[in-house]
Amino acid sequence: MTCKEAFKQISAYLDGDLTEELKNILNEHICKCAHCKVVYDTTVKTVELYCDGKLFPMPQTISNRLHTALRRKFQDRRAV
Amino acid sequence: MAPDLNPLQKEPDEPPDVASGLPPDDGAGKPESELVAQAKAGSSEAFEELVNRYERRIFRLAMRLTGNTEDAEDVLQETFLKAFEHLPDFRQDSRFYTWLVRIAVNEGLMKLRKRRSDRSEPLEDAVDDDGQVIPRDFRDWKPNPEQLTSQEEMERILLGAAAQLPPSLRTVFMLRDVEELSTEETAQALNLTLGAVKARLFRARFQLREELSKTFNRE
Repeated sequence: MTCKEAFKQISAYLDGDLTEELKNILNEHICKCAHCKVVYDTTVKTVELYCDGKLFPMPQTISNRLHTALRRKFQDRRAV
Repeated sequence: MAPDLNPLQKEPDEPPDVASGLPPDDGAGKPESELVAQAKAGSSEAFEELVNRYERRIFRLAMRLTGNTEDAEDVLQETFLKAFEHLPDFRQDSRFYTWLVRIAVNEGLMKLRKRRSDRSEPLEDAVDDDGQVIPRDFRDWKPNPEQLTSQEEMERILLGAAAQLPPSLRTVFMLRDVEELSTEETAQALNLTLGAVKARLFRARFQLREELSKTFNRE
């Protein structure tokens, strides 16, 4: 497997779309290719960083304004 | 990397909301389907309980899509107000949360289009789904990025990198990798083919990696 082929397969691997045979070939390539190992590790890290549930907490004031707007909508519905 | 040890694939019994820090839908409280049925029957309390359950996740999604608090708040409000308005049309053939995500993505994309048209930029992205992304940066990220920076700085870096992606790639990444929608759900939400979702996800992951590498591999 060349590096170019490995790059193409990394995303499919992360989606669980590779056959056992391709997975083994990719794994073998990554174990001996420092560049592809970095690409694999940092791609996984990229996804993990964006998935961090502690980031972008919602300020309470925004929640309060949402609930106020919704209650107004509930009242409008009842008034109809 | 080792065979059968894909870090992005969760164990089957792992709750879907672990990454968000929220309890799973079937945790404490009424099941989602029961709340939806009550809300459809006219219970505003049930609808508000659904809002309490998902407002933080929709806000985070809106932040990641739009990149700023003001637009994210607008998207959050419009999402729940439209969900309330169109609740009778929700046929419960998908999860309520997936339905909310579809509304939020449409609202977010409208915001992004408006922002682009205000700047006289083209409305559509020229995305070639057959396009190749070749990694250029092969330096490792050391030390671990989380140890390098504060939460606020990390948020700024992640939003800055996401802003470099066209919305068509950004939305696919956020739905598949962050919201953990399936390829099929993502395709349905964005009116794309399965192949287009996979191709865009591939490009989004590598482009974001390249963007973040500019920050995290500095020595």
